[in-house]
Amino acid sequence: MNRSIVISSVLHLFVIFLTAMSLPFLAKKPIDLPPIVSVELIQITEKTNIPFAPKAKKIIEKVKEKEKKLVSEQAPPKKVKKIKPDAVPMPEDKVKKVEKIKEDKQNPEKIDNEVKQVSEFEKEELFDPNNIAALIDKSKESKAETLKKNPDLSQDQNKNFENTGLSLSEEDALKAQIFGCWSIPLGLPYNENLLVRIKLELKPDGSVINSEILDHARMNKPGQGFYKVLAESALRAIKLCQPLRVPSTGYERWKELQLNFDAREMLEG
Amino acid sequence: MKKFLIILILILIPVKSFGLIEVDITRGNLNPLPIAVSPLSIDEESRKNFQNILKKKNIGSEISLIVENNLKVSGLFNPLNKDAFLQEPDIANLKPRFEDWNLIKAQALITGKVSYVEEKLRVEFRLWDVLAGKEMMALAFTTVPNNWRRVGHIITDKVYERLTGERGYFDTRIIYVAEEGPKTQRVKKLAIMDQDGANNKFLTLGNELVLTPRFNPTSQMVTYLSYFRNLPRVYLLDIETGTQEVVGDFPGMTFAPRFSPDGKKIIMSFAKDGNSEIYTMDLENRIVEKITNHPSIDTSPSYSPDGKFISFNSDRSGYQQIYVMKSDGSNVKRISFGKGIYGTPVWSPRGDLIAFTKLHKGKFYIGVMRTDGSGERLLTENFYQEAPSWSPNGRVLIFYRETKTDSKGKGFSAKLWSIDLTGYNERQVPTPTDGSDPSWSSLLSN
Repeated sequence: MNRSIVISSVLHLFVIFLTAMSLPFLAKKPIDLPPIVSVELIQITEKTNIPFAPKAKKIIEKVKEKEKKLVSEQAPPKKVKKIKPDAVPMPEDKVKKVEKIKEDKQNPEKIDNEVKQVSEFEKEELFDPNNIAALIDKSKESKAETLKKNPDLSQDQNKNFENTGLSLSEEDALKAQIFGCWSIPLGLPYNENLLVRIKLELKPDGSVINSEILDHARMNKPGQGFYKVLAESALRAIKLCQPLRVPSTGYERWKELQLNFDAREMLEG
Repeated sequence: MKKFLIILILILIPVKSFGLIEVDITRGNLNPLPIAVSPLSIDEESRKNFQNILKKKNIGSEISLIVENNLKVSGLFNPLNKDAFLQEPDIANLKPRFEDWNLIKAQALITGKVSYVEEKLRVEFRLWDVLAGKEMMALAFTTVPNNWRRVGHIITDKVYERLTGERGYFDTRIIYVAEEGPKTQRVKKLAIMDQDGANNKFLTLGNELVLTPRFNPTSQMVTYLSYFRNLPRVYLLDIETGTQEVVGDFPGMTFAPRFSPDGKKIIMSFAKDGNSEIYTMDLENRIVEKITNHPSIDTSPSYSPDGKFISFNSDRSGYQQIYVMKSDGSNVKRISFGKGIYGTPVWSPRGDLIAFTKLHKGKFYIGVMRTDGSGERLLTENFYQEAPSWSPNGRVLIFYRETKTDSKGKGFSAKLWSIDLTGYNERQVPTPTDGSDPSWSSLLSN
């Protein structure tokens, strides 16, 4: 009797501990604003670049010493970031099954979109969560420290990486290139929901093998003239921009890419 | 134990969907789209026939020049130099070599063919997407040869609509007051012309002063002010037949007449005993209705395109500002709150903006604001300019601008100008004489 109570309470405590550990992470999500991160990163590079300026070497060396701590705090999450894609895969079978079952139950709609994508690439992508899990186990202590001291930064960086798969600078380079190629049709209404999603298959040099509009059915529907115009302009932009300015490494990551063209911001202003 | 492990793993792994890498493209450039307008091809026999009728050497290239000019003036397109074209017009119309057009950086291509069929002008044209290498549109028109300029405008409208997503404004006309003579003795006539300044025609002789002509929604009728025995009166003019009539006989002064969106009423301001109010008049039964009732000066009324609201300017706050009310005169709301004096509000045909003239610190501005008064944007600034009128698609404003008279009383001029909503594409609209008070018609071809 006592034994089962002990087991039960231990298990309960364990579950409470787990939720306490994982829930704040979920709860913080919406607060993190990507633009703020990019600004911070720029400031950091500015600071670290200053020591090479000829004028204020001595003063800056002092500052540097102080900053060393800061730098060391920021460094760990970056390392973690690099390890992830290269990490050794876990025993896959069980986890994969679990993953699939879960997806089936929770997101029946999503499957439609992703049926085409269940390629080897997709499977490899699925390993990542496990890797992260593995890393969490291994680096719990070190990560906990960094989290305490600098929770926002490390989480943002992780989040950014997980969601886009491209680093901020890689993403910015690609965006800047397409911004230059995309002639926005100025006659579009700004108050309608006009988002064109295009899936690209890329070669390692960034040239486009195939481009596919994800809401293709909308193209030829009556009353969707604006959508068609926007979609065509987006396709022209991609053609004009070829080859795309993609990262030189990690082809597997970005050989399939989705671009979301949204002109609202421009048309409103 | 296995189950326990699975549950543990489930809890440990925060589930996320690892789909495609997504990149949001929220900005682009607003550079004009490079487009190649290949001259319309024409066979020798048709060319000779048209040369006899229209006295134009090659009607095919004349039409393509109109298209090219329209596209350029819109500011949204950059027509490429014809010297760079590698392919002959007749071959390009059958099947363009897209590599050649890609080479000169064209993103779109217009080709076409003109032929003489049973004493009529037949024009077919195609719009090609050079980058995708496919045809976007193909249309053909048949009309009397004298209509060749309109064919050019209609082609531009179709191309414009296909590539920008909004209606064009090229097959339209502009009515304005043509002015001649020194400033103190101006002769003012009503004149009408195509949107690009061609086919200018005078509608009145210039005996009486004319002011503020405005088209009705079908662009068949014009309402304007003319002075009779030193009193301004509101007239109606049928453009096709040339018949004129006075709209009612008011004992006081009437100003700023304008049609309602359904064309059945005229809205205007009418001054009596120094107090100006806004009235509407039903054109069928001539019943006059008073809309505003306020001791201040209310004038320059303009309907919203759905006819439910009226914007006007009033000095009821002390300075002249812009107000909006329901079409029955209720619910009056001031919408302009900036520094300076606001006047001549005109509701956009799209319904989302109101254009106005603003006077601040001795400068005149043409600007736009949303219909609730937010988002005020001044598009152009000058010594003297006023009376904006919208293009039928609500993208461009036409207005007039006067220059300063020097100490000898010379140097005065009044010209028509247009500016688009970006504020960058400002152009003078060519007129044979000086001009003021322009009004833009709706699209003629519908």
